[in-house]
Amino acid sequence: MELIFEKSVSGRTGVRVPLSDVPTAAPLPDELTRKEPVRLPEVGELDLVRHYTNLSRRNFSVDTNFYPLGSCTMKYNTKVTENVGGLFASCHPMLALLPGGDKLVQGPLAVIHELERQLAEITGMEEVTTQPLAGAHGEMTGIMVIAAYHKARGDEKRKYVIVPDSSHGTNPASAAMAGYEIVTVPTAPYGDMDLDLFRQAMNDEVAAVMLTCPNTLGLFNPHIAEICAIAHEGGALTYYDGANLNAILGKVRPGDVGFDVIHVNLHKTFGTPHGGGGPGSGPIGVRGDLVRFLPTPRVVRRDDGSYAVEDHPEGIGRVSDFFGNFAIMMRAYAYITLLGREGLIEVSEQAVLNANYMMARLKEEYDLPFDQTCMHECVFSASRQVQSGVHAIDVAKYLIDRGFHPPTVYFPLNVKEAIMIEPTETESKQTMDAFIEVMLEAARLARENPERLHQAPVTTPVGRLDETRAARMQQVCCE
Amino acid sequence: MGYCPNTPDDIRDMLAVIGAASVQELFAPIPPELRAKSFDLPPGMSELELMRLMREKAAACGADITPFIGGGIYDHFIPAAVDHLASRAEFYTAYTPYQPECAQGTLQALYEYQSAICRLTGLEASNASLYDGGTAVAEAALMSLRITDRHKVVLDASVNPLHREIVTGYLHGLSAEAVVVAPDGCASDLARLMASIDDETAAVIVQSPNFFGSVQDFRELAQKAHDHEALLVVSCYPIALGLVASPGEMGADIAVGEGQSLGNHVSFGGPYFGFIATRKRFIRNLPGRIAGETIDHQGRRGFVLTLQAREQHIKRHKATSNICSNQSLCALRGLIFCAALGKKGFEDLGLLNYDKAQYAKSVLGAVRGVDLLNPGATFNEFTVALPKDAAEVVQRLLDKGVAAGVPLGQYYPGMERALVVTVTEKRTKEEIDRLAALLEEVLWS
Repeated sequence: MELIFEKSVSGRTGVRVPLSDVPTAAPLPDELTRKEPVRLPEVGELDLVRHYTNLSRRNFSVDTNFYPLGSCTMKYNTKVTENVGGLFASCHPMLALLPGGDKLVQGPLAVIHELERQLAEITGMEEVTTQPLAGAHGEMTGIMVIAAYHKARGDEKRKYVIVPDSSHGTNPASAAMAGYEIVTVPTAPYGDMDLDLFRQAMNDEVAAVMLTCPNTLGLFNPHIAEICAIAHEGGALTYYDGANLNAILGKVRPGDVGFDVIHVNLHKTFGTPHGGGGPGSGPIGVRGDLVRFLPTPRVVRRDDGSYAVEDHPEGIGRVSDFFGNFAIMMRAYAYITLLGREGLIEVSEQAVLNANYMMARLKEEYDLPFDQTCMHECVFSASRQVQSGVHAIDVAKYLIDRGFHPPTVYFPLNVKEAIMIEPTETESKQTMDAFIEVMLEAARLARENPERLHQAPVTTPVGRLDETRAARMQQVCCE
Repeated sequence: MGYCPNTPDDIRDMLAVIGAASVQELFAPIPPELRAKSFDLPPGMSELELMRLMREKAAACGADITPFIGGGIYDHFIPAAVDHLASRAEFYTAYTPYQPECAQGTLQALYEYQSAICRLTGLEASNASLYDGGTAVAEAALMSLRITDRHKVVLDASVNPLHREIVTGYLHGLSAEAVVVAPDGCASDLARLMASIDDETAAVIVQSPNFFGSVQDFRELAQKAHDHEALLVVSCYPIALGLVASPGEMGADIAVGEGQSLGNHVSFGGPYFGFIATRKRFIRNLPGRIAGETIDHQGRRGFVLTLQAREQHIKRHKATSNICSNQSLCALRGLIFCAALGKKGFEDLGLLNYDKAQYAKSVLGAVRGVDLLNPGATFNEFTVALPKDAAEVVQRLLDKGVAAGVPLGQYYPGMERALVVTVTEKRTKEEIDRLAALLEEVLWS
């Protein structure tokens, strides 16, 4: 499809800017003035609307296709929470920071405070801050809090963060952003971080251990409390990557197990839309003695029931401009309020049921490296298909032709030819059955007609794209 | 209300296939001693009850205040087409475009977004967006450390103080140092900035217009930075770029900024997006996602996420950044905003903001006892000195329904009487005149 820039016709105008009701001012000095207008597209409003409507139709989305991406939790985005998301669209955040301004914005401050209390209860943590703007941003913020804790104790020799090899790539990257070196511990044959190797890696230079539980293989680690205890004995803190929290709502609270810091991906667990790659939102929760290190500002509830914004003098400073991605937080707050206690427990139960059903029906045709009861997702390997020259990516592309978004492939890194499936709780048995039939069909084709899989996809506006060429050309904007 | 569709029959059939007696049995891998000690949340509610509750909260959000405040976030007009198009579920319920053939909508939009950002900033390469303006400045600082392999940045104190706090926080863990240079009144102290650059400096970071609203020429500063093989980072306000010389024209190596004013609602803090653009030779040091053009086996043009070897899912702790989600949907809004206004509309919008603020400057400057503090050029903000404490004055004006500006005392000790006033195209002449009248009243009666 043509670019919007290619549809531009010189002299055509779209949206009209209002006429001025003030006198024309003396112009800016020449050296400060732009030499020529910005070469933005010149299109009419209908051209614009058709262009982006037609572009949107080139996307698979949750609302149009089943999207069983493991590790990403692509569940249905409820519509009423979308209605809620825009209610505060015109509320300026700076109002809250003006002297006397807090009394004008009691509504949004209440939402922030109440969401923080909801998340604290759900995770078993003392306090939560909504400031981080995405899960990875929450990870970095959490590790900065941990660094501040060690520093406040005068314990400054700690320079390592331990992560398992199956962790999300953001874990080591976030710890590195906060200034730490990374120690990676391999996964044992039973699917969790190897306990003995972890013991060996622990020493008094370790600042934190970062874990997901259930992990990215979809497995719940029964030794999780022991890992926390070993870390704490060594003076390190434990960080819980909450990306997979939707598997354990009401079942396990990371705070009860012994975790010190957690982030929650609101867009995964609490169903705010992913937006084609964001905005997300990544609040963090901490245990009691870390509360003083949370970033500034904090929303507090006064004795009279009103809300105020306070500086947080011992905190790590500011990690985003204001209070986080508020309109996303609103949706999560509405989702939690709407579902309530029983609804959230049902989320976990149905997510786990669906994943185990998927696993049970596909394990005859696809290798299952860790054959145990899974939580919200399961990880297969296409290694059996590789024998006939078919790779995970070929299965993935075939699914596109059959109207399904592919599962996550080639992650986690410790499974060869990984195919990671997360059906989520909002999909019906009938939808999953249709998907399973196509997965089984792909396995059959792999044996009988691998070429069909290699050619896929054939139903999309473009076929398989040359990624090497893209990296070599580095064409990232139009001339 | 729940959104789990399986019926009791479905559940029974699925359990039979799994070979489990109950759903509870599936949670057997969780040892009993690890079970939740509490899950004390209220019961759920209906959509009707939820909307009632949320409308109650939304009633208390300062909607009846006339805002002359910015602080990096601006109350601009948003064409209706932006909300409509960005609300298409195919955009907002999609994920990161890791499977490009079924994500050409998002990918092409990101490529177009990058093109718009390059044209606005006068630079050659953009990523697909960052979290927000403040983290964008911090990412630019980190990027300059990587490029130069140095550990010091010179940070102009007239950069948004909220952003500076984020920068110093990001640098802290990396043992990198920010040398903060105080402004000269309401303008960047170019002489002191230049004197602070040495062979240890990775970058000098300035903002245009700066936190006080001043617009300056950075060409000489760029030259001085380049003489020391340091970079010039300019944090810019995109609406100003309709009128003001671009960072590229000024000699910047990296341009960043808050994208909110391009079609994103103020929404009490977000979501917004940060943008970043640079010279093509630094493209491999950009943080975050990048959409790139390529072809399929039949030679058809298509778009993919490219240069992924920089990113955390491949490079893990050696990645250029930990950024995983960008702010794709917000960037899409920014793109549609730019395309809706187009070449002429964007220029007109810049002029309108400029004229409105210049008018406000003249009428506020005429209020008895009020002094204008930016002698040079400003864009849509300017700073005034009041004969009284600015925080007090702002508080009193809030009671009259006007947010008169951002008092500077809390960010710049010694500037307790200074107030930054913001005027966008949405403020009418009548509102501006009323602000002047109210100010006169509060100061003198």
